[in-house]
Amino acid sequence: MELSRRDAVAALAALGIGAGAVGISQVGDSGSEGPPEAELPDDAHVEAVAVAVAEVLYPSAVTGVDEFVSEFLSARLSREGHSDGVREAVATVDDHAQQWHGEQYVNLDDNTRDRVLRELGTDTAEEDPEGTVAERVRYYLVNDLLLALYASPTGGELVGIENPQGHPGGTDTYQRGPQ
Amino acid sequence: MTESANRGQERDRSPVPNADVCVIGAGPAGGLVADSLADEHEVVVLEAGPRFDEADRLERQERAIRPAYDRPDVWEMGGERDAHAASGEWFYPLNHARVKGIGGSTLHWQGMVMRLHEADFNSGTERGVGPDWPIDYADLPPYYVAAERELGVAGGADNPFAPPREQPHPMPAFRPSYSDSLFAEACNELGIAMHSVPNARNSEPYDGRSECVGYGTCQPVCPSGAKYDATVHVESAAEQGATVIDRARVEQLAHDADSIRAATYTTPDGARHRQEADAFVLACGGVEIPRLLFMSDSDQFPDGLANESGLVGKYFMDHLFAGVGGILDEPTRQNHVGFLTSESHQFYDDAGEDIGPFKLEFFNYAGPSPVELALTGEDWGDDLLERLRSEYGNHVAVGALVEQLPREDSYVGLAPERTDDRGNRVPDVHWHVGDRALRTIERANEIQRSILEELGAEVTWTVGPDETGPAYHHMGTTRMGTDPADSVVDPACRTHDLENCWIASSSVFPTGGAMNPTLTIAALALRVADAVDAALR
Ligand SMILES: Cc1cc2nc3c(=O)[nH]c(=O)nc-3n(C[C@H](O)[C@H](O)[C@H](O)COP(=O)(O)OP(=O)(O)OC[C@H]3O[C@@H](n4cnc5c(N)ncnc54)[C@H](O)[C@@H]3O)c2cc1C
Ligand code: SF4
Repeated sequence: MELSRRDAVAALAALGIGAGAVGISQVGDSGSEGPPEAELPDDAHVEAVAVAVAEVLYPSAVTGVDEFVSEFLSARLSREGHSDGVREAVATVDDHAQQWHGEQYVNLDDNTRDRVLRELGTDTAEEDPEGTVAERVRYYLVNDLLLALYASPTGGELVGIENPQGHPGGTDTYQRGPQ
Repeated sequence: MTESANRGQERDRSPVPNADVCVIGAGPAGGLVADSLADEHEVVVLEAGPRFDEADRLERQERAIRPAYDRPDVWEMGGERDAHAASGEWFYPLNHARVKGIGGSTLHWQGMVMRLHEADFNSGTERGVGPDWPIDYADLPPYYVAAERELGVAGGADNPFAPPREQPHPMPAFRPSYSDSLFAEACNELGIAMHSVPNARNSEPYDGRSECVGYGTCQPVCPSGAKYDATVHVESAAEQGATVIDRARVEQLAHDADSIRAATYTTPDGARHRQEADAFVLACGGVEIPRLLFMSDSDQFPDGLANESGLVGKYFMDHLFAGVGGILDEPTRQNHVGFLTSESHQFYDDAGEDIGPFKLEFFNYAGPSPVELALTGEDWGDDLLERLRSEYGNHVAVGALVEQLPREDSYVGLAPERTDDRGNRVPDVHWHVGDRALRTIERANEIQRSILEELGAEVTWTVGPDETGPAYHHMGTTRMGTDPADSVVDPACRTHDLENCWIASSSVFPTGGAMNPTLTIAALALRVADAVDAALR
């Protein structure tokens, strides 16, 4: 199923791109485990890694992941507080790929990309914006991408709900029977 | 999103000179009183919580969906400001049950708004248990009509069990859901009548607010503003000239022998202020109202203010939840919207001494929401999709709200040891439920099970007498009556002991019925506004 620009816009509508000031979810204070701010990856690199991660996380039936993720991220990265968290998560994934697999994450094959996320413990971690490395990667990268997909109409439709929670899909769909 | 507690430090929060009316609490009760009086009187509203930024609602919605946040986090509840105790037989999760801020608990609420039934006002006479209210249903219709117009209620005329009404609801009811149509067949077989639900939620654009757009996160946050919340009336009061002071925590009511002189409040900078006024309206909810009366004790009133009867805080009641859920072997289309479109009040007026009133609710959000499911678990890719498909899609559930009777041993007091961040003793919700409510839950469960069986569902869970919990409706703690020896406020909701103090809250309910209370709170608040207006003239 093709993810469209409308899906990305819908996902953003669900998550809010608000221009809030510094908030509790700021990761800058949360310890010394992440690289210092100066080394945080730029937008283009964040996008490339996030697309590579999304290809692991999203079911094989969806296409159009590149455009969807890039549209979604450009707004997510402009959200203060949240943006640094996403960048740090990407840096963490990259570091691990380099150190354990000797390659940039984006250059790894699908299986190894999957392995990196599991080696980091993001599969068993519960999301927490102020938690351990694994919990933060789960929050800012893994779950951000899953939330974007499954709060969008196309992601919802894959599961059988064309108006998923978080998506303002109107008041007709709840009245409709299965198609 | 900046936590609201860290914002707005710099605002002027000084008292208003020459105030006619001081309203304490900016939920629907306080908002409606302030809005009704602001045109003609100098009104000041003191609200303990912050003024939340409307632009943050989508981020609050994200909190509602993401597992990193608990429900109280959505509206920033649960810090030291909100510390509480729960010493009763039943634990009471107070910070899940209220919000502090402009708008009060309606920021989080579900928004079901029905009138009490006629018999609810005469429980002693009609059902043989509990006191009668000192007023009747017949005293309220004009106020119910006004409350329905103010909140914006979408409702139908198809409920054969509802009390008489004079005119249609301001908006048409939401149409039934697909799953309602499945239930309808089963209920038809069983002779159970279903009907629409009055919702304080726009089925069409109303009062400058959007119609419902189907975000599906009504409880705890509606990003579109289609669900009514009391910011509507607090803002309208401010536009008419009322002064609304947020983050102003009233800690004491300074008084003489028969009236309140001033409300003493503290602000975020630690300053303490005194707001004087001719009339005071306590609208800070069924737990904080008795707490404030206790905190205002004096040599003259050692047991707390307005408490000559000794009944302040006593008779704390909530409604209890009963439910049965299961799965069908066909799609049920749940979780598109976050509100209900069908109920049955058929069994409500069968109530008597043994079994209380209850109403049945047909869920539109049974079972898990796929978005929330997707964020937990150890799988992703095709495996995750397969799990979502197998767990979402065929759930059904029937809920119920059940009446709890007033009991003296169910009360709100002050915790003996614990204090909040300002050194004030915290509220202790000492909750006892009673056997009649538990029997009523069993009765509701029986009917719920029969409906699910008729539907051909496999029953997978039951919330019965052992699993039940509160619906977050705080009633009874300053009960209304004619005799000052056995009630706290008179039939006009003015305290018997203090001539310039009114209470606008479900705390005045002598009994609770089993209908969600806020429409009645709103009707009584409008009635209080009339009484205050008359007293000030
Ligand atoms: C999850 C949930 C779902 C609900 N669903 C429904 C429903 O479907 N239908 C229904 O009818 N009801 C529902 N309710 C209940 C409904 O929200 C309340 O009945 C209603 O908000 C009560 O209005 P109120 O103005 O009396 O009090 P509140 O709305 O609680 O407002 C009281 C205000 O007073 C302020 N305050 C407290 N102490 C002080 C102080 N010392 N100084 C200054 N200010 C103070 C508080 O900060 C708060 O803002 C629900 C509640 C919850 C939590
Ligand atoms: S479904 Fe609920 S949250 Fe969504 S717009 Fe309607 S009332 Fe608001």
